Amino acid sequence: MAHLHDDKIKELEEKANQVRQSIIESLIEAGSGHTAGPLGMADVFTAFYFHILNHDPKNPMWEDRDRLILSNGHIVPVRYAAMAHAGYFPIEELKTLRKFGSRLQGHPERNIMPALESTSGPLGSGLGQASGIAYAARMDGKKFRTYCLMSDGELDAGNIWESAMFAGKNKLSNLTGLIDRNNIQINGITEDIMPLEPLREKWEAFNWHVVEVNGHNFEEIVDAVEQAKAIYEKPTVIIAHTIPGKGIPEIEFDYRWHGNPPGKGPEDVFPKDKQGEEMLKRLRTLGGKIKSEHE
Amino acid sequence: MHLVDNLTDKDKLEMAPTRDGYGKGLIEAGEKDKNVVVLCADLAESTRTHWFKEKFPERYIEMGVAEQNMATVAAGLALAGKIPFISSYAAFSPGRNNEQLRTTAALNNVPVKIGGAHAGISVGPDGATHQALEDAGLMRMIPRMTVLVPCDAVEAKKATLAAAKLPGPVYIRFARDNSPVFTTEDTPFEVGKAQVFREGKDATIVAASMLVYDALVAAEELSKEGLDVGVVNSPSLKPFDVETVVGEAKKSGAVVSVEEHQVIGGLGSAVAETLAQHYPVPQEFIGVKDRFGESGNADELMKEFGLDVPAIKEAVKKVVSRKK
Repeated sequence: MAHLHDDKIKELEEKANQVRQSIIESLIEAGSGHTAGPLGMADVFTAFYFHILNHDPKNPMWEDRDRLILSNGHIVPVRYAAMAHAGYFPIEELKTLRKFGSRLQGHPERNIMPALESTSGPLGSGLGQASGIAYAARMDGKKFRTYCLMSDGELDAGNIWESAMFAGKNKLSNLTGLIDRNNIQINGITEDIMPLEPLREKWEAFNWHVVEVNGHNFEEIVDAVEQAKAIYEKPTVIIAHTIPGKGIPEIEFDYRWHGNPPGKGPEDVFPKDKQGEEMLKRLRTLGGKIKSEHE
Repeated sequence: MHLVDNLTDKDKLEMAPTRDGYGKGLIEAGEKDKNVVVLCADLAESTRTHWFKEKFPERYIEMGVAEQNMATVAAGLALAGKIPFISSYAAFSPGRNNEQLRTTAALNNVPVKIGGAHAGISVGPDGATHQALEDAGLMRMIPRMTVLVPCDAVEAKKATLAAAKLPGPVYIRFARDNSPVFTTEDTPFEVGKAQVFREGKDATIVAASMLVYDALVAAEELSKEGLDVGVVNSPSLKPFDVETVVGEAKKSGAVVSVEEHQVIGGLGSAVAETLAQHYPVPQEFIGVKDRFGESGNADELMKEFGLDVPAIKEAVKKVVSRKK
């Protein structure tokens, strides 16, 4: 993984916009699912699938591939979209999201699509699985890295902190966590529902190295992952500050879009029957304007 | 059926808890396959995993009192090619971590093996919180899960070794208390199979756990009262051996299920589901009847909860009287 030059950043930004459009299109087809989280994590997923991961979409179960565990399974539309654009399966298949007989289950199921690496949805159990994979890799002398993407809301779950303690104890430096710090969850703002701050200090106290980044800035995301590789004495967690609903200004920061697809969201922004259309229009007209924050 | 000689002479039988079989089985499984790893939630001696720890320290993973994490870490290890055995009291694993096992072991479809020790009320003085009576039922309801309840320490070792070879998740249930070792190395054991330990024309007892021994004693005593009672050992709650149970039910026309577990959801339910579908005959249930355990010594509790030889004999007489 090389450091980013300007052309690559431009390429990633364009890719992220395609991923966002695919998210909205697949959610419109599905008629249910989550909108805010997938849009907010589009840049992170694009960075992983198009730059960070050591992987091979044509040989998805390659033994030495990096493992990407998605703990908060409900944002899987962004993973499906990124995987399709990366060549894991046809982009057309995204339209089967959440439908009967589809490989694209409402929450990710590894048994149906092994490249998803794990089954998730019930929150709080991804970091333990990622820790187990990283532990096994170290036992076997494997060099691949294990990444675990988590939401901030799921940090309410005790299992996460049990896993954090375990990974800290075992100094799993081949494990990198990334928290989607978008400050919303279903019932409202995270700090109202169950305060997480001081979040950095919590992870540090569990013996993790902590890096905070702008989750829409490719250079910062990539730099943080590089830094994690250089830290040998402990696991690293990247707190990625993101904007829920990123890319469609009218819904950004609005927790009411956490669990609703276009067509079923709040009506004060777009009328229900126009939500999908309007969102796609915003993404298309913004075009290349979905920039990383440093520009 | 390859049981020990002098079967009913309890005083002369070796006594051991089924968890001993787990500990011994883990060592042998570890010798046979380097991918076998053992996780334990701060109960190494109780679960007998300390034997594996001594032999293979690099493959023993201490989890602390964190059963939910133990399940998820095991799933991760399994995803990366390991065969993890997670070990705690059944009340906590699969009790506390039921959802993690459902999602990350069973839905993921990976070979996580769950060793649940101190199941049943024979746990004794620790009381209701530590006497798991719902664990086998919880696991039996989860698709892809195999559920094994061995009858003695020898069978427990065989079950542990068999679990290591199965490609999917397995729950094995153990007891704390000593119980007679009455099967031998030659007694058949196969996942999905029950064994006819004793044939009988008047009634059939289908049993699991250490109570299989009590069932054999009850059958022997009843024979002196003129009743010809069969005993089927059914360690495999799931997959369940429908063929053997139905075959014996056809011979006797009456069945008593015997288990140290809630009758709701456990072996009794498996027997009733089977008979209802294939060969309806009267059934009586020996097991815990929708109540929690309590403190006491094992013998006192087994008597109080109707899980002993006199209760089994009573149930057999009752079921025979219900035959048409």
